[in-house]
Amino acid sequence: MADLNSLIAAGDTATADGTLPPEALPEPRSQGKLVLRKFLHHKLAMASTGVLVLIVLLSLLLPLFWKHGYEDSSFASFAKPSGDFPLGTTQVGKDMVSQVLRGTQFSLLIALTVSVLATVIGVVFGAIAGYLRGFSDSAISRVTDLFLIIPQVAAAAILAKVFGGGSWYIVALVLAAFSWMQIARITRAEAMSLSQREFVDAARASGAGTFRIIFKHLVPNMVGSITVNATLAVAQAVLAEAALSFIGLGVQLPDTSLGRVILENYAQLQTRPALFFGPFIVLVLISLTINFIGDGLRDAFDPRQRRMKA
Amino acid sequence: MSLVWYVLRRLAISLPVLFVGTFLCFVMVANTGDPLGELRNKPGVNLQAIADTEHKLGLDKGVFARYFTWLWDFVRGDWGISIAQGNAYTPVAPKVMAAFRVTLELVLAASVLALVFGVLVGVLAAVKQYSIWDYIATALAFLFFSMPIFCVAIVLKGYAIQLNGVVRDLGLADVLGDPWLRTVSPESLAATGFGDALAKFTGAFLLPTLSIMAITFAAYSRFQRASMLDVLNADYIRTARAKGVSNSRVIWRHAFRNALIPVMTLFSVNFGATVTGAIITETVFNWHGMGTLLVEAVVKNDTQVLMGWLVVIALSVIVANLLADLMYGILDPRIRVG
Repeated sequence: MADLNSLIAAGDTATADGTLPPEALPEPRSQGKLVLRKFLHHKLAMASTGVLVLIVLLSLLLPLFWKHGYEDSSFASFAKPSGDFPLGTTQVGKDMVSQVLRGTQFSLLIALTVSVLATVIGVVFGAIAGYLRGFSDSAISRVTDLFLIIPQVAAAAILAKVFGGGSWYIVALVLAAFSWMQIARITRAEAMSLSQREFVDAARASGAGTFRIIFKHLVPNMVGSITVNATLAVAQAVLAEAALSFIGLGVQLPDTSLGRVILENYAQLQTRPALFFGPFIVLVLISLTINFIGDGLRDAFDPRQRRMKA
Repeated sequence: MSLVWYVLRRLAISLPVLFVGTFLCFVMVANTGDPLGELRNKPGVNLQAIADTEHKLGLDKGVFARYFTWLWDFVRGDWGISIAQGNAYTPVAPKVMAAFRVTLELVLAASVLALVFGVLVGVLAAVKQYSIWDYIATALAFLFFSMPIFCVAIVLKGYAIQLNGVVRDLGLADVLGDPWLRTVSPESLAATGFGDALAKFTGAFLLPTLSIMAITFAAYSRFQRASMLDVLNADYIRTARAKGVSNSRVIWRHAFRNALIPVMTLFSVNFGATVTGAIITETVFNWHGMGTLLVEAVVKNDTQVLMGWLVVIALSVIVANLLADLMYGILDPRIRVG
């Protein structure tokens, strides 16, 4: 409604000849501003952003002030949750809150790395295949098939072992290696349809090379779907990493992650529920809020503003 | 006839992909560790014995030679023997097939139930758009979609054990069976008669199937809802309503059939996820399926078992995709497969 109000306000200051003074015209909005505006009005997405930012800040800042270090195992084994240990202590006598905080840091770090790498690989492959077609397209499509026939967790398990796995970045790299196919397929389809448009012909006519057309003309036009899928990839990576670590083939000590923290404590579900539900709830909150944010972004980038609000 | 050609062509295209995939995995896994490492480190071990074992397992040859030996034997039906220590050189094929049967049963049960359940929930949410049911379905879908599958399995298993205890305490164990909810694999069941076997079998499948379903049904229900809404807003639905066709007939005969088509594309995408889900769920419920086999093969550097595992899983994914595409053609006559 702000648009209308500013127009009415502008109307009040209209000069005698009926034209508007230039400063009274509503400021033209860039696409970025439009998207941001729509996103800011998406209540669920904004609430999710708030919760996610809170989790990120807590996991980064709270360990600086927390009274127990994550390595300190000098406490009683399986202490009950109390003011001193809000989630209790683990079997070896470590404070659970500091374990969860550190696990969250690593889970977020791994998921972000996976998403960035998967998006870059997927967009480059997809855009090249969709724009060049022909041999490049068939070659890239075959490679995509190759990565799709092996379940991600299995492939990552094998690769993590191959690269002497266990460090967080190894886990991130191998998960990324098996996460880019979805984005590549979407980008390929979009690049195919975009490359039929006049602006691509115009760019080619004015002498732009393949590289320039792909990265200066095609990719900027796909920024909506890339952003949405990159966001959803973060949520999937959080879950994939947790699954991998849970079957024991993911992150190894001294690194950790929420999946690993759950693996170490899930046997206590019945007797000491806080040890399981602490990391579990943080994990679900992270992936749930990211999924909601991705959904809000999808609505914000969609010029038709989908009928159905998810 | 063209259908047969189509199927054969699709399978033929997959062969190079399988070849490259197995080759890469073989080379990588063979180069990462020594399956005889444990044996070598044993004090006072006979060097000649190690050399003999190496020769017997073909480990004295180069990686490439080993791969092509494996490939040549494999295409002739010989999957080789497990090279991990402690497995007593058991043949790979029965080992992988037994594990695959366990996983396949689980995957099929979960896929079909998730598809049926997800589609029904999606239709309900679309028909009653913006009602309380729609919001509940949406909330549940997002929640399960964001949940790690092993946590669902852990929670189900944990509370089932507790519930069994309650049943026992209440003295209902005679009526409901003891344990009431099964939290172990069906392999360990001793059944008397067919009815008993069926009951125990279903019981053992209940919790793992629910765990996998919880995750996959969410995607189906969201997809079905969107596609149903698209169809319900189409002109021919308005025409049907204007003609006076009853509401249930419009929904089930006119809208539902067409709205089902896009969901089939999701089936092939979801299949890989379901297999992964089964692998993880098996670990929680101690089933000896493909999950346990994978972890064991990777940890013990057992290239032979891993190759068998890989080929079976890859083939099942390829076949599932093919089936989904064929189904697509059957459901939608506008799409001709061939």
